[in-house]
Amino acid sequence: MTIRLSRREALAFGAAGMAIFTAGAPAFASMTDDAVSAFAGDAKVKEGMVSVDAPEIAENGNSVPIEVSVDSAMEGDDMVEEIMILADGNPNPDVATFKFSALSGEARASTRIRLAKTQNVVAVARMKDGSIYRASRAVKVTIGGCGG
Amino acid sequence: MITRRDFVQAGMAATALTGLSGGWSRVAAQQSVTEDMLIDMPPVGNVTLMHVTDIHAQLKPVYFREPSVNIGVGEAKGEPPHLTGTDFLKRFGVDADSRAAYALTSEDFIGLAEEYGRMGGLDRIGTILNRIRAERPGALLLDGGDTWQGSYTANATKGQDMIKVMNALKPDAMTSHWEFTYGGDYIREVIEDLPFPFLGANIFDTEWDEPAFEPTLMTESGGVSVAVIGQAFPYMPIANPGWMFPDLSFGIREKRVQEVVDEARENGAELVVLLSHNGFDVDRKLASRVKGIDVILTGHTHDALPVPVKVGKTLLIASGSHGKFVTRLDLDVQGGTVRDVGHRLIPVFSDVITPDAEIAALIDEVRAPYEEELARVLGRTDDTLFRRGNFNGTWDDLICDALLEQRDAEIALSPGFRWGASLLPGQDITVEALHNCTAMTYPEAYRSPMTGEFLKVILEDVSDNIFNPDPYYQQGGDMVRVGGLGYRIDVNAPAGERISDMTLLATGEAIDPKREYVVAGWASVNPDTEGPPIWDVVEAHLTEHETVSPRGETAIDVVL
Repeated sequence: MTIRLSRREALAFGAAGMAIFTAGAPAFASMTDDAVSAFAGDAKVKEGMVSVDAPEIAENGNSVPIEVSVDSAMEGDDMVEEIMILADGNPNPDVATFKFSALSGEARASTRIRLAKTQNVVAVARMKDGSIYRASRAVKVTIGGCGG
Repeated sequence: MITRRDFVQAGMAATALTGLSGGWSRVAAQQSVTEDMLIDMPPVGNVTLMHVTDIHAQLKPVYFREPSVNIGVGEAKGEPPHLTGTDFLKRFGVDADSRAAYALTSEDFIGLAEEYGRMGGLDRIGTILNRIRAERPGALLLDGGDTWQGSYTANATKGQDMIKVMNALKPDAMTSHWEFTYGGDYIREVIEDLPFPFLGANIFDTEWDEPAFEPTLMTESGGVSVAVIGQAFPYMPIANPGWMFPDLSFGIREKRVQEVVDEARENGAELVVLLSHNGFDVDRKLASRVKGIDVILTGHTHDALPVPVKVGKTLLIASGSHGKFVTRLDLDVQGGTVRDVGHRLIPVFSDVITPDAEIAALIDEVRAPYEEELARVLGRTDDTLFRRGNFNGTWDDLICDALLEQRDAEIALSPGFRWGASLLPGQDITVEALHNCTAMTYPEAYRSPMTGEFLKVILEDVSDNIFNPDPYYQQGGDMVRVGGLGYRIDVNAPAGERISDMTLLATGEAIDPKREYVVAGWASVNPDTEGPPIWDVVEAHLTEHETVSPRGETAIDVVL
């Protein structure tokens, strides 16, 4: 259904093209996939286990608080070895890799990162048994200003 | 995820409730209604909540036209509150041409407004609250925020006029949004003297990321232990100028909400109420994910619903805006469970409900120093001037006309605020009426060059704040209003691909992404914005055009 809210002139403009405005190809997502593959090696990447906590909409794209965690006892075989964080829309997706041990007590890390635009924050965790889990969270970076 | 089942339950809620939900709409269909008919309902249970929200500093009764366009996306498509006009009337069984139809929709607005008059007024609300309190002595009054901003006198007194009158109405708690545009330090100062808590579980300090405001009021009503948790507007530093409260961080913070709910239950709360300024769709999603909330008193999106919407075990209440309604919610709480519910969305018809004399006197007192200026006539309108609606309203058409002409611009932008009272054809445009649609602390009307590409970024960005299918990514305003510019919007397209066919109306040419256009607008969130306040721009325009009939120099093609 098309509704036209205009009172005049609207009909004349339907054909005017704006194809120039189509978005550019997402260049950095493949770099993220490559980084995940390199991290995982031969292991299959499964979804879940990891949780990524971040604001849905960034208050300041230059400093976005994020927290990654895995619910793990961190003892015996139930152990998280490392969590890698990537920002799939940044020119350089690498953010950080946190390494854990039994002394960590829990597999949880938080930091602030810069996000150039709306994108996914991706976390990939390696467990002691070699299994790899991945999760992501979309964070919107907006120019804002019209709420109310 | 919100399931279809939640929505089916939502539809059923009306009939499952014992209260005469929507009952007043039948009563109000009669020509001669009395105060008793509007306010009274059969009492239910042991707890009573009274909810007001988004009053936007309207001390006096106003005309307020509800939206004729209010598009829901994703799971909310076609669901309340995203119903307008006859769809709304049909869904809730409201008679056309009735008082209820006038209060709740934009159908035949001019005719019904002339018949049924203005709505709201804190003195009338005072009468309603007193009557409920007389019947239910433990009733709690909860204010959802956006209370202190939106009028000439509120702006002139930094909200002190509202604080004074609201205090006399004795709220038990409030939460917030625009309040913070008076400045973070100022707010922390004034809330020290409030006789009730100013709640915000989701407000944190930026330095240590620790809670900065009281999250919860633990209280008692009708022998029941009640927790009221406050949730401020989540996108405060994004939708409004973050530099005005630089050390505060907001956000939905769903995990935090769950923690605070759990804490309240551990502390013995038998009833958990979220006093929220999230916006209705955000709260609908929140209700499906956070466990243990009995009632969400919604706000921010200015929706008025004659029946509660039920999501799982949580009741969502929508009490409108601008003082048009007071919700009375009766609950029978036994052993930590809500057994029964009675609900009434009380319409504040100013010609039916007697003003409370004490509150009326207080309102006169706070307005007295400004009365002469408030009444100063700037011009007259031949059309209804209204703001609400997803894409445009005649108030913003007028503002955009003024910006184009007075600031000699090719394109005008006016923010998609949802506050602002309406005027009827033939009414004078007074200083008060103009400020009811413009009064705020960052009114500077800028004039600056923007490329066609940047204009597209703005339209895309704002449209995603309304039409992102995931409500957690919505901010809850309406679309930025434009003058001199036409465009096509595909509501259901992905972010960044909704806007096309941008056209400069003056020439009929397509907008060139590389060319710079002279753009005039107001209410920028950026610091150091320069220009005259928007009300001066509109006043100058009205000096040149004594009677206006906004041209609506816009052409928006909406694809649903």
